Amino acid sequence: MSDHLNFHFTVDGDNFVSAGQASVQVKKNLRELGLSPDVIRKVSIAMYEGEINMVIHAHGGTADVNVYEDRIEIILDDEGPGIKDVELALQEGYSTASDSVRSLGFGAGMGLPNMKRYSDDMRIDTTVGVGTKITMTIRL
Amino acid sequence: MKVTDLVNDLGFAPICMPDPEREIHGCYIGDLLSWVMGRAQADNLWITIMSNVNTVAVASLADVSAVLLAENVTLEESIVQTAELKGVNILSTSLSAYEAAVKLSGAL
Repeated sequence: MSDHLNFHFTVDGDNFVSAGQASVQVKKNLRELGLSPDVIRKVSIAMYEGEINMVIHAHGGTADVNVYEDRIEIILDDEGPGIKDVELALQEGYSTASDSVRSLGFGAGMGLPNMKRYSDDMRIDTTVGVGTKITMTIRL
Repeated sequence: MKVTDLVNDLGFAPICMPDPEREIHGCYIGDLLSWVMGRAQADNLWITIMSNVNTVAVASLADVSAVLLAENVTLEESIVQTAELKGVNILSTSLSAYEAAVKLSGAL
């Protein structure tokens, strides 16, 4: 089944005001497709966390949402610093975000854990100094 | 109870209510946005003192019924407009998050 819908976004780095625009747009698109509120919520939150991570850590990147008949795939790709210790980054409460980011309500160390929580499968491909690619799958 | 009942029965002040008939089930209190997204349930009333544009995005994505800004926290007019556009209900109160939750608890 190669036939699928694709929504592509460029995530603007270092801009907390526009952060979340892609996720909100995806939410709208999925609603129009008539998907269940539960699926829409999972996809929106997983994608928003990823989007925020790219803004905080990687000066932005790209986001692709692919809608297949049986699943939704979210692919987040950046050319940021990479994740040194993935296992540690997946622990709730672990964060390397700055104080200014924290004052906005982010940096609680829940980004990656939430992405894992709300997706059925998450793959992290990361190389320090090169970038990170995260693929999340939510089954329909 | 409905979002509009928060105004009529509990006396919370409406900041914007694009979806006043929405039902409220349960409540979540928190200011760390990712924490809220991980723990709040859809249709909760979310009580917080965090009031920036990301509050609106989180409320929309986490699909809460409404945001209640505690302790007289205010919201910039441009953010109110964003909330209106995104269909996010926002109210405010002079009560603390705890006091507001206690009041809500008696009504839910």
